[in-house]
Amino acid sequence: MQPFRSVTGVAAPFPAANVDTDVIMPKQFLKGIDRAGLDRGVLFDLRFDADGAPRPDFVLNQAPYRGAPFLVVGPNFGCGSSREHAVWGLAQLGVRALIGISFAGIFFDNCARNGLLAITLPADDHARLLALAAQPADHPFTIDLEAQTIRAGGELIPFVVEAPRRHALLEGLDAVGLSLARAAEIRAFEARHHALNPWLTPVEGRSRAG
Amino acid sequence: MTGPRTLYDKLVDAHVVAPLDESGETVLLYVDRSVLNEYTSPQAFSGLRDTGRGVWRPEALLGVVDHVNATTPRRTAEMPDAGGAEQVAYFDRNCRDFGIELFDVLHPLQGIEHVVAPELGLILPGMVVAAGDSHTTTYGAFGALGFGIGTSDIEHMLATSTVVYRRLRPMRVEVTGQLSLGVTAKDLVMALIGEIGADGASGYAIEFAGEAVSALSLEGRMTICNMAVECGARGALVAPDQKVFDDLATRPRAPHGDLWARALAAWGTLRSDPEATFARGVVLAGEAIEPMVTWGTSPDQAMAIGGRVPDPDLAATPSRRRDAARALDYMGLSPGMALEDIRIDRAFIGSCTNARIEDLREAAQILRGRRVASGVRGLVVPGSSAVRRQAEAEGLDRVFLQAGFEWRQSGCSMCLAMNDDVLAPGERCASSTNRNFEGRQGAGGRTHLMSPAMVAAAAVCGRLADVRRLGA
Repeated sequence: MQPFRSVTGVAAPFPAANVDTDVIMPKQFLKGIDRAGLDRGVLFDLRFDADGAPRPDFVLNQAPYRGAPFLVVGPNFGCGSSREHAVWGLAQLGVRALIGISFAGIFFDNCARNGLLAITLPADDHARLLALAAQPADHPFTIDLEAQTIRAGGELIPFVVEAPRRHALLEGLDAVGLSLARAAEIRAFEARHHALNPWLTPVEGRSRAG
Repeated sequence: MTGPRTLYDKLVDAHVVAPLDESGETVLLYVDRSVLNEYTSPQAFSGLRDTGRGVWRPEALLGVVDHVNATTPRRTAEMPDAGGAEQVAYFDRNCRDFGIELFDVLHPLQGIEHVVAPELGLILPGMVVAAGDSHTTTYGAFGALGFGIGTSDIEHMLATSTVVYRRLRPMRVEVTGQLSLGVTAKDLVMALIGEIGADGASGYAIEFAGEAVSALSLEGRMTICNMAVECGARGALVAPDQKVFDDLATRPRAPHGDLWARALAAWGTLRSDPEATFARGVVLAGEAIEPMVTWGTSPDQAMAIGGRVPDPDLAATPSRRRDAARALDYMGLSPGMALEDIRIDRAFIGSCTNARIEDLREAAQILRGRRVASGVRGLVVPGSSAVRRQAEAEGLDRVFLQAGFEWRQSGCSMCLAMNDDVLAPGERCASSTNRNFEGRQGAGGRTHLMSPAMVAAAAVCGRLADVRRLGA
């Protein structure tokens, strides 16, 4: 996972509420068994018309915002389906951070697992940054995760990322590896848990295929 | 050790392997059970293969093919498209190589994962169940903490039987009194979502309580817990009661004998302490809830069937005005239009929200002796192959077929249209599903969410209709 320390770039305003993961990554891009080519699918019906040509009125198709590493998004961003394809696609498109008011829970975790920084701000800070994002030439954003600040247009706006998530993002850590280092703890917990609740110990399925 | 606790707190506390920060807000959480599907799992298995890691406890897992398979009446192993075929083939190989039980599309117990797991008795009170599907919240109906996870966390769960978990805040939703005739669990949860908004429970785990919730069947409780994720709740619970225990007593994989007696004793304690505090409380009056439909493209854009399409200009804020105007434009509706004047092209009864046997009975009751309006195509996709057989044993298939509905095989089908059951652009569908997002049932398709009985009523009338006028 790519570490996130400090990143500078343009922030694109995309403030619609309740943007769901069906809209972020439509179903026709979910048919793979790998993660390839998902950048094309991001916000597909908003970015492209029925013939596959870019819609000139969509923010990410406009010159200053093409390839923007940050999006300033609306409330409840990423709601709906658990599909991590939405986050893989955003990351492949070059998006490094999302600045929002609230994120859906599964999407928020998916971001953290892929080095995509999701920042939750109070409404007034969010509104100031949204206004600055409308003037991209004058106001590049610098997001510093170590300092937990966003610098833009003379503003210095603090944000908070809880410690375990911040640590994983800063270092680009492999969560599975970290947890497997606790294998003995997991095994001990499991033994206690199943001794206390023996009906929870799973038994081999009775109708395995093949 | 601590003061009074909510049921949610008790379930989390009982599954903490280790705290991962000083406050204990983020924990390594043990996962008792999981179900896997063919579309969110492939990259998780590839991750294990790439790193040479194994599956921690394969017998805690069940694989079910449900999202991409066809639902055409004659079952074959063939998938509707090459991508789906590749996913199913890889799923089969992964389950085989890692020793995981699989219900493939030809298996007699195949169905939608959240319908199948409870049918088997795999979901027990007090469990933590994390799975790669947002509607894993369904299992709260059993007093199990179920929540959706992404593919990276599926990989983590496969490798360790744990997930990195941040505690939610407990929220109590009390529904007082009784639901009126013709009003269902679906209407209850749609009323809640409409009331608190699509992010109204974001960051919370809901505990449903109150007389109207206690009166719901176990299947109705599955419907409300399932759809709680549509108001942002990443966990929804109902304290388990005799209805749950009676159901589990009939399930093949629930514990038996001495284990059953011990389990029952423990399950009786699974409830919030009387003095426990909730971070938020919402009270709905059961009597005030009416049959609900959505008019927009977010599940909270919902109202009682007697209403009119709202005027975006009257929305509270400029951003809400913009969102509502966009939704109406997508849905092809004008402000002020009576909801009952909205004509439909399709009617869909299916999904993990509403395709269990009681749902099919309720819809069939409306359709008995009636016909689908001309120009409307109706589809019934049972929640599982077992539900399909049960319905056939009760003669419900004949009712649906005689009313002009198609009687299909099981799968997620047109709830998310990953298979070939898809709306054409501009088509309007009365749907017993959970999401009315833009393009959800097909690019350009227009979805109105409602209960299965309301779908049946709409199919008969050719437009959205109040089921109570058809004798529900």
